[in-house]
Amino acid sequence: MLDIIEKYPILGAFGMTIYLTFFSAIGALVIGTILAVMRVSPVGVLRRLGSFYVNTVRNTPLTLILVLCSLGLLYILEINLADPKSPTSIVDNNIRWAIVGLAVYHAAFVCEALRSGVNTVPTGQAEAARSIGLTFGQSLREVILPQAFRGAIAPLGSVLIALTKNTTVASIIGVSEASGLMKEIIENETGGLPVFFVFALGFVILTLPVGVFFTSLSRRLAVKR
Amino acid sequence: MKARFGAAAAAVALALSLAACGSSSDSGSGSSGGTKLKIGIKFDQPGLGLKKGSEYTGFDVDVAKYVAKQLGTSEGDITWVQAPSAQRETLISTGQVDFVVATYSITDKRKEKVSFAGPYFIAGQDLLVRADDTSITGPETLTGKKLCSVKGSTSAQKVKDKYPNVQLQEFATYSECLPALATGGVDALTTDDTILAGYAAQPEFKGKFKLVGKPFSTENYGIGIKKGDTAMCQKITDAIKKMISDGSWQKALDANLGPAGYKPGTGNPPTPAACS
Amino acid sequence: MSAQSILFDAPGPKARRRHAIFTGLGILLAIGTLALVVWKLRAQGQLAPEMWTSLFTADVWTQYLIPGLINTLKAAAISIVLAMVFGLVFGMGRLSHNRAIRWVCGIVVEFFRAVPVLLMMYFTFNVYAVYDVFGADLNSLAAVVTGLTLYNGSVIAELVRSGVYSLPKGQSEAGLSIGLTPGQTLRSIELPQALTAMLPALVGQLVVILKDSALGTAITYPELLQQAKDVGTAYGNVIPAYLLAAVLFIALNYGLTRLAGRIERQLNRRGRPTRPTATALGPGADVVTDELAGANAFPGDATSR
Repeated sequence: MLDIIEKYPILGAFGMTIYLTFFSAIGALVIGTILAVMRVSPVGVLRRLGSFYVNTVRNTPLTLILVLCSLGLLYILEINLADPKSPTSIVDNNIRWAIVGLAVYHAAFVCEALRSGVNTVPTGQAEAARSIGLTFGQSLREVILPQAFRGAIAPLGSVLIALTKNTTVASIIGVSEASGLMKEIIENETGGLPVFFVFALGFVILTLPVGVFFTSLSRRLAVKR
Repeated sequence: MKARFGAAAAAVALALSLAACGSSSDSGSGSSGGTKLKIGIKFDQPGLGLKKGSEYTGFDVDVAKYVAKQLGTSEGDITWVQAPSAQRETLISTGQVDFVVATYSITDKRKEKVSFAGPYFIAGQDLLVRADDTSITGPETLTGKKLCSVKGSTSAQKVKDKYPNVQLQEFATYSECLPALATGGVDALTTDDTILAGYAAQPEFKGKFKLVGKPFSTENYGIGIKKGDTAMCQKITDAIKKMISDGSWQKALDANLGPAGYKPGTGNPPTPAACS
Repeated sequence: MSAQSILFDAPGPKARRRHAIFTGLGILLAIGTLALVVWKLRAQGQLAPEMWTSLFTADVWTQYLIPGLINTLKAAAISIVLAMVFGLVFGMGRLSHNRAIRWVCGIVVEFFRAVPVLLMMYFTFNVYAVYDVFGADLNSLAAVVTGLTLYNGSVIAELVRSGVYSLPKGQSEAGLSIGLTPGQTLRSIELPQALTAMLPALVGQLVVILKDSALGTAITYPELLQQAKDVGTAYGNVIPAYLLAAVLFIALNYGLTRLAGRIERQLNRRGRPTRPTATALGPGADVVTDELAGANAFPGDATSR
């Protein structure tokens, strides 16, 4: 077992897992917030576009989204996210498209988490904001969203944990993260329980603190009512 | 809502009835009395072992059929079993198939678990490029090029080890590589020349791709059987020899891989090794 | 759309003009993107009729897509049943009064919630294939079911636990005061109520399972996505085949999500609110039924992590 740990870049693979998680989490948060605003906005078309996005993306398997990102968007629509002339363009492109795919997919869940956060804001808050003459944008920015974010901390934490675990799917388009490496080790060396345990433990170490942190954060930031 | 449900139900019912038609018309030879055989093949390799609709075609399939005939089994008594690479040894050693004809390279590591009859074909790793591409003429012209192969395959591993200046896109299947090759996203697809020829011979890709024709490895395809079953090995070896000598081997090759303009590499047709 | 009106006033003439601009921009953006994609697909020959007509032949449906759909549903059905058993056992285990049982169940549940499903599938498939546990036909199905069961079972265990926690305290007190043991109270008073409240979240979990069963393609389980891949190989049209698979998945899961919403509304009508209403989104804002709902479906569930 020790020789396998030495021979294969296990830490590097988890590094890629963290890298993917970090950037797609930021992307998902940005896209998800825009979607959530669209879904509560006064403009009907934007509302419909928002819910179309969520219903489509949320119901598509992530595997399919990532394959369509790499094969469809990169190779067929020829949208390069890295210089196609660079000597590492394939690796770079795949990593960046994996991040885009993961962000796009989880944005739908971020949007739903924020909506559930908006749900925790009492009607009176919105009414008060309007009655002092705030516009939709102002009341969202100053009153609703800050409270919604605080109310949505726990579900947002769940999304982050799901995202961390879902980065494994990126192995299907050839990004060498943790699960891909485990598959390689299983095929070349041994498929014993210790190998699985090392990788499983890696994910426990990555996700458990996130869960604990977000739970305590959600308690600390909960809006007192 | 109800109307939509009805339409969906009707569509399913229609599809099911079509399924019933399909299965009753194509296999009317269930009781010919010969011994039954379960043969493992690939289901997803055009030109070698492909299940298209309810039919099985390809060079491996033809070899399997010929061998089966020599063993006294008619086509109707063959049960085709899907044999993905990862499961081939298991399928044989647990007796879930009688033998495996599935681009199965004879290697020492595999011989520890199963026995082989053959080789019935000698393949080699080659490159498939766009028909109008003249810049790639062999493995030595690959520097700076983009290659596509299947994740975890030996071909992918070999490229990584031998040609570090090559970029490699790894997909789950070669059929995902083809559209990328067609648009120029990658410059070549690499794996066994037989598999490449099989894809290039598909009517959908006719004239779009060509084989470079400079194999840089040797893969001896054998028929995998239960370890130590010398009697079976002898019978299959005789069948392979007969297939080569009576011209059926060449005919099967032309029919399946011919449309790609594929010429088998040196050493073909091979002489099957003696059974031990 | 009356729910939204809590957030903004009825638009005046200026706002109406602004909304019209946004509407135009939104439509333009949507149509523009679509047109660009279609144009490029066409230029790459992906819209050639023969790429698509072969998808609508009887063979493709009877030999690939319908069997694939059946396999997807089969894996999902077996997994949801086993996951419910797993969830009930370990959820009750976490509520046990025996500290050792509580701890063991807690560790098991937290472990399987933290490990990616794909990792479990890779591992169990390898074990099943090497030791030939279920036979070559069933090994991949078994691996898919194992992965889905362990993960979703753990999520359901958490649902059970938080469902019981969210019940009014009086329920268990009443049970205990009429002389039931804690175990009896849990089984005959608390669980039945928790389970009804869980129902929409359970259907939501089924959507997760259905979607995750597509991971089976990584270990060659012939589910819908894998079959679409085989169609693409046999007929030389992977991209159209994948797009069709996406449409089928979306239709299936969207239907299930709608079902979850309906069940929730029915439960609400029976006077069992599964979540507080009357908030900024207004009453009746639709349900969150997905993996997020997982651990956080119930208010007051801060202890689940």
